[in-house]
Amino acid sequence: MNRLNQLYAWLMLLPALVLLLAFTHIPALTTLWHSLFFPARGRRPSEFAGLENYRSMLDDAVFWQAFYNNLWYAIGTVPTSMGLALAMALWVNSKISGRAALRLAYFTPTMLPMIAVANIWLFFYTPEIGLFNKLLNSVGLSGINWLGDPNWALPSLMLMTIWKEAGFFMIFYLAALQSLNKDIYAAAAVENASPLYVFRRITLPLLMPTTLFVLVNAVLNAFKLVDHLFILTKGGPNNATNLLLYYIYENAFSFFDSNYAAALTLVLLTLLILLALVQFLLIERRVHYR
Amino acid sequence: MSQLEVRQLRKQWQETLAVKDISFEIAQGEFVALLGPSGCGKSTTLKMIAGLEDPSAGSIHLNGQDITHLPPGKRGLAMVFQSYALFPHLSIAENIVFGLKARGVGALERDQRLKRVTDLVNLGDHLAKKPSQLSGGQCQRVALARAIIAEAPLCLMDEPLSNLDAKLRNEMRVELRALQQRLGMTVLYVTHDQVEAMSMADRILLLNQGEIAQCGTPNALYQTPENTFVARFIGNPPMNLLHQDRSMLGVRPEHIRLAETGIAADVQRCDYHGADTIIDACLPSLSQQLIKLRLPGHQLLATGTRLNLQWFSDDQHLFCNTTGQRLPDYAQPTLTTHSLIQKELHHVTQH
Repeated sequence: MNRLNQLYAWLMLLPALVLLLAFTHIPALTTLWHSLFFPARGRRPSEFAGLENYRSMLDDAVFWQAFYNNLWYAIGTVPTSMGLALAMALWVNSKISGRAALRLAYFTPTMLPMIAVANIWLFFYTPEIGLFNKLLNSVGLSGINWLGDPNWALPSLMLMTIWKEAGFFMIFYLAALQSLNKDIYAAAAVENASPLYVFRRITLPLLMPTTLFVLVNAVLNAFKLVDHLFILTKGGPNNATNLLLYYIYENAFSFFDSNYAAALTLVLLTLLILLALVQFLLIERRVHYR
Repeated sequence: MSQLEVRQLRKQWQETLAVKDISFEIAQGEFVALLGPSGCGKSTTLKMIAGLEDPSAGSIHLNGQDITHLPPGKRGLAMVFQSYALFPHLSIAENIVFGLKARGVGALERDQRLKRVTDLVNLGDHLAKKPSQLSGGQCQRVALARAIIAEAPLCLMDEPLSNLDAKLRNEMRVELRALQQRLGMTVLYVTHDQVEAMSMADRILLLNQGEIAQCGTPNALYQTPENTFVARFIGNPPMNLLHQDRSMLGVRPEHIRLAETGIAADVQRCDYHGADTIIDACLPSLSQQLIKLRLPGHQLLATGTRLNLQWFSDDQHLFCNTTGQRLPDYAQPTLTTHSLIQKELHHVTQH
């Protein structure tokens, strides 16, 4: 009987297991294997390289720039979009007229594909006829070359990402807010707690599980969402907007160095695992799960 | 001077009138139960007094001050919720002193009051725990402690015991009443459970469809119900109402006794409750109307058994057939007088 149960269990697990192995675990191991070789050139077969790919990464200025760019990109987009998401969720959760329309409006950017969003924002950022520069000109300021100026290109991307992501995270906060017990707020009101006090002592702590979830997702997104780069900057000017995943793509499909790309992929993967671990360990202690 | 004065309070949602211009007063130190079936407007009334719901009309005064439009926190009242409304992420101690902290009471006084209150409700060992680690009864005590510590002139309670099991509910009822009397708290207590209202309250406000059906002591509601709604709502099983020509005759099942002579009744079925048995019988002389009577012990009566019923004249009530209002006692019953007996002197009944 017990054996039969075991067999059933494995049979049930099999479909998911096959898919996971075929598309996640085996490719990950293959990537690890690939990263230990030099690329094949012409008729020359690929040669075992050991850790040479990783060593050359240390000397690769573009890698480091993409790395720091990505770090700044995460620092610039994650807290802001989360803060905005929370503020918007609190607003559309309150008793205001037309809040259904407002919720929809906030969620619209999330429904658009990243490529479409990038095309819309490309128009906003265009130097001569773009929306932003027209606005600047109308108040007498000279325009900015948003995507062409190395100092402005990355912040411009961040702005668009915040616009795109905040609505998505708002939905999670909104769902969490709506699941909170209304009586708790009535009790706080009877106790004469000010709105700020209620937010600090009740709402924020009770939203911590959501905050952790959103934070992990936001950080992952900051490293894996690069669709807009293909439309807006292609990593330029002079790698000012190059992000890790885009650099991996460039190495694999533009420079045809899939082995170096494999090594970069593993570095990115390790980085993300570390980040997720740190977040869980740091915040887990402060999260109250109901 | 009464502590709480509610005048002509009304709540209207579009077409529906939930609370219909009700007025009542509560004196200092009084325990008043707001009783009624679900949907009668009792919780809405409580929420309006707490400031959690805006009244459509009317006014609320607490100690002479008009609080009708003050925010809940400025009204000087405490509240216990049916769901307890404890903050799940805060410790028990933090839950209890939440209001004191929000009001900026100093740490020293806070600790003193916390100590005093936790001793009162027996929570001393649990102060560091979270609400999820406590039982329902303990959570109820925390909610109670949070209301007591505020030392507010009026404490509102919204069905605080209805989430507890029957045994615990009985214990908490006694404890709550003792605590209220010891601290001299003024309490407005919403409940749909007549036993809670009867056993704890100094006065009961019985609501029906947004109106006060009767207001008085538990004994008054039981002994002299002013209309058929009160008569049927108070008491379990409810009062028998027998239709006669022009009026309804009411008599409680527990007031009916068997005798040698009296009104004839044929047993329909017996419902054994342990200490007593509820018997359904029909009355051939009153076009087979059904009457319930409560007899002590385990009674096994075959269907169709003929009984003779009697009750004291003091225990029968007369109501108008059309309005359902109580008829004055001097209106003599049309029912045959042989079912009425004079009260024996040695018969011990408390009125």
